[in-house]
Parts: sequence; C-alpha cells; structure tokens
Amino acid sequence: MQLTLEFGGGLELLCDSVKIHKVDVDPQTEEEKVTMKQLLPWIRTNLIKERLEMFMKGDSVRPGVLVLVNDCDWELSGQLDTVLEEKDVIVFISTLHGG
Amino acid sequence: MLQLFRPCSGFLYCHRLPEHVSTGHTFMEVNGNGVMVNEASKIQSEIESLEAKKAQIDLRISALRAQLNSSNSNCVRKERATNTNDSPSTGVSSNGQLSANMIYRYSRHLLLPSFGVEAQANLLNSSVLVIGAGGLGSPALLYLAACGVGRMGIVDHDVVELNNLQRQIIHTEANIGQSKVESAAAACRAINSTVQIVEHKEAFCTSNALEIMNKYDIVVDATDNAPSRYMINDCCVVLGKPLISGAALGLEGQLTVYNYNGGPCYRCLFPTPPPTTACQRCADSGVLGVVPGVIGCLQALEAIKVAAAVGEPLSGRMLLFDALSARIRVVKIRGRSLHCEACGENAIMTAQQFRNFDYEKFTQSPFSTSPLKLNLLSEDARITSKEYNERILKGDAHVLVDVRPAHHFKIVSLPNSINIPLGNLEGRLSEISASLEREEGNKCVDTSRGASLYVICRRGNDSQRAVEFLHRMGFTSAKDIIGGLESWANDVDPKFPTY
Repeated sequence: MQLTLEFGGGLELLCDSVKIHKVDVDPQTEEEKVTMKQLLPWIRTNLIKERLEMFMKGDSVRPGVLVLVNDCDWELSGQLDTVLEEKDVIVFISTLHGG
Repeated sequence: MLQLFRPCSGFLYCHRLPEHVSTGHTFMEVNGNGVMVNEASKIQSEIESLEAKKAQIDLRISALRAQLNSSNSNCVRKERATNTNDSPSTGVSSNGQLSANMIYRYSRHLLLPSFGVEAQANLLNSSVLVIGAGGLGSPALLYLAACGVGRMGIVDHDVVELNNLQRQIIHTEANIGQSKVESAAAACRAINSTVQIVEHKEAFCTSNALEIMNKYDIVVDATDNAPSRYMINDCCVVLGKPLISGAALGLEGQLTVYNYNGGPCYRCLFPTPPPTTACQRCADSGVLGVVPGVIGCLQALEAIKVAAAVGEPLSGRMLLFDALSARIRVVKIRGRSLHCEACGENAIMTAQQFRNFDYEKFTQSPFSTSPLKLNLLSEDARITSKEYNERILKGDAHVLVDVRPAHHFKIVSLPNSINIPLGNLEGRLSEISASLEREEGNKCVDTSRGASLYVICRRGNDSQRAVEFLHRMGFTSAKDIIGGLESWANDVDPKFPTY
C-alpha cells in the first residue's frame, strides 16, 4: 500500500532532514488492514534515524506531535485505530513555540 | 570590520566612507589623511546640529499634536452638546455613523462589500491585547494599529536588541536598549494616533494576567515559549476570550484560533506538554525573519475577523506554513474536548486555580528565554576562558575541539580550533587522538603529561556534554571552557563576534 508520510516542525530532523517520504507499507496478512497502530512501529524501524523519544512515547506519538491523516486531525478518525487506505497522506508535525 | 577601520578616526567616518569614495574621490587623494580627519569632524558637527534641529522639530510636533487633540475633543464636546450620540475616543457614534476623518482614513475598508461600515465600526469599538512585541507581535501590532482597532494593549518586559531587528520590524536601530513596549507603542501611534494604546511593560504572569486580559475583547499570543502558551490559553478560558495563536521557528509557522465560539482550546489539542528538548527557541535554532512576519500578519487578520465579526475565523482548523517549499496547508483539528482540564465538562480551571498554577513546573521549561546553564562536570574538569587564554599565551601544547554544529562554526570560531559537532564526536575520536599526537610532536612537550584537550561550544552546555563523553571514552584530561565562546567574547576578546 502506497502512503505519503510527511514530517514537519522539526520532526524531519529525526529522519535525515527529509520531509516527504513516499513509502510502501503492507499489512501483515492479506485480509488485515494497515492502521496507525501498525504504521508507527513501521516508521520507528524504517524512517527514524535518531532520538526516537522525540517521535514516540509508548505506542503512540509523544506529546506535542499533531498527527494528520489526509489533512484531518487523527483524533477525528480514531487515533491509533485509524484505518489507512491506498494513497493516504499522513503528516506528523511538532507544535512550535517560537515567535 | 571594526578592526579593519580602526586606524581612522572612529566609526562615524568609516560609516560615511562609501559616499566619499563615490563623490569625492579626487578630493581624498589630494588632501590625504589630515583632511579626512577634518572632514569627519565637520560631518560630526553637521550631524549634531541637524539632530538638535530634529529634536526641536519633534518637540514642536508633539506640542501641535497635543493642541490638535485638545481642540478636537473641544469640537467633539461642542458637537455632543447638540448630538449626544458621538463617542470621542473611537470616532463612531452609537448609531454606527463614522466621523468624516474615519470615513476618509478607512475608506478602502468601507469600499469592501463584505466588510463595510458595520465591520469597521465593530473594529473601532473592539480592543485587542497583543502579548509579545517580537517577531510575531511586530507585524500584528502594526496592522492592528493601522486597521483601526479601538484600543490595543501591548505586553512585553524585554528591551530591543540589535539581533531582534532582523525580524522584529516594529523596532528601529534608534530604539536599541529601549523597552519593546515603548518602542512598539510609538510606532503604532505614529501610524494611527486615533488608536488608544496601552503599555504593559511587565512580564505576563499568573499574578497580573487576569487583571490585564480582562480589559480586552481578543487576545493575540505572540510569545515565544511553551509555559506562556499554556498560561495565556488558560487565562483566555477563565475569562472567555478568543485567542489568536501563532508560532514560528526556522522556516515554518503555525496559526490557529482557540477558545472561539465553542471551538477547542490549546489544552484540548495539547493536554500534555512536550518534552523540553522539543521546545526549540529562535535564539538556538534560528528563524528566517519573514516567517514570523507572515504568521504575525495572519494573526492580525484573524484578530480583525473576530473583532469585526466577518468571515470564518480559523477555529477548529490550523494553518501550517512551510516557507522553504512554499506550502500552506489548512488542516481540520479536533473540537473542544470534554475531558479538557481547562475547558472540558469537569474542568477545574478557575481564576483561583489559574493564579496558583505553576506553568514552569508543568512544562518543565522557563518563561524567560534566558539560555539553559548546565553544570555537569567537577571543577577540575573545567577552565575559564581567561585561564584558557593564559595557557595559549604561555604556548602550552593543546588541542581545542569546537563541538558546535558545522554551520555555527562557519559563523565564527577561535583560531586553531577543530570542529567536531557533538553528534559526530563518537565517530571522530581518532581525529582528536591524531591532533593530540601531532601537537605533542610539534611542541616537544613532556610526554608524561601530554598535550591538553579543551572543548568549547557557544555557551558552555554542549562542551560539558562532550567532556563527559570524552572522559568515558578515555580522554580523561579533557576540560570544557566555562561559558563557551560567549564568555570568550565577554572576558577575553570583546571584539569577538557573538550571535
């Protein structure tokens, strides 16, 4: 399944300063669907190069990271249970405090 | 730069040099240095006399302004005798009629079918509190003053510094050292003397927040740190004020409207504060000046929409701005959370609760933007910049490792230092060993002691982390230079650039 993953607000620094990643993520079995719960460990293994604690806490993202699935807060689509579909765009953005 | 020009008679002359080069080239060649000095003093005295004249003119202007204001209010008073509907402070009568001056000043707003007289009258009757007169606050304040908000409060406790001017466009060179609030207020008054500007020259904190904010309709968060953002949000929730929240760092910005019309508040979105390491500051990570400029302008726009009651304020949505790729994305965010500790159903945030809440403890980071000062090492693993300078002068064999990121090293560095960024230290230990050996060979030192190893960074935090690591890796004599390059500039070489 093709997904576009985007990192912003400084999170891109954890994956070689690359903001946009076009990736292929497949469910563990044919019938199963990929959810955010499966995508996060996949990102941890395949994309995050340093300071993992800046991205994840427990099995979710760390406080201060906004997750958007197709430009929509993942709170509105079921958070970790959000079921992903082909060509979905998932954005991880760290909230900024500067000014 | 300064050093280059030092032989001539001071900064003033150097400053004017390009003009002479272009217009008085022959003159300079013929008359040589003596006349150049002469010329400089002539320029100096002309500047002084012009400045004296300028001060007189300024004085006259303010006297005339005062006269005008008092005669205006006299006129208004006379008018009020016949028409009791007029309000002197805003230029709007209670039946929504704008004065002739207001109609002319705001004509371009009035011509907008979707804005018009009604929205302008709303704006003139509204009040906005802008917290922070920095990168975000600068453009926000300028536009809010220009557009005719009735009353505007400015909160900041800082003074203007030279390194602010790259982005804080409301301030000028002439105001360096002056309070940001005074400087910003003067700029706003210069644009629009009909706006009532209230100066709050103090830090916004739990003890004064409720009292200050209570006097305004709308709040603009233009601060630069996490505890202030939580505090301002909670204060807005307690007082029921809409919050126009903007943030910028590096080449990215974010914008949204909180606590508006049943929409979410900051805590609905971020119930748990982020780890301190995720709270980057512009002073450490840098920021392209125009980025907070863009976000600050958008904050003014959202404040105007809320104040004038036009359009759809950015509530329940967030605007994400990526300057480098020229992308603006508006995303849908969650609504008000029933479980929110500030605005939820069982929320405990009351005025009393707010006053006693420790925001620095909650976010584990300080309100002030003063940099962190670590103290990781024992005294014998550290030396001051002065001591280090003495060792250089004595010709002691040593290696100086600068652990700042490479782009910092390019800004400025000490001679003979080698740059190994903290993150790369582990993989480049052999370079340090090689440098130490080379130094020992060159200076024929007593090999039982060997060459010394010093570590420096910008402010003396990363250098301590590096020394801790080096000790673990067997470089037991490594010492950090206390306070880093900043202390070198303060205590050893005042001409050494700081950033």
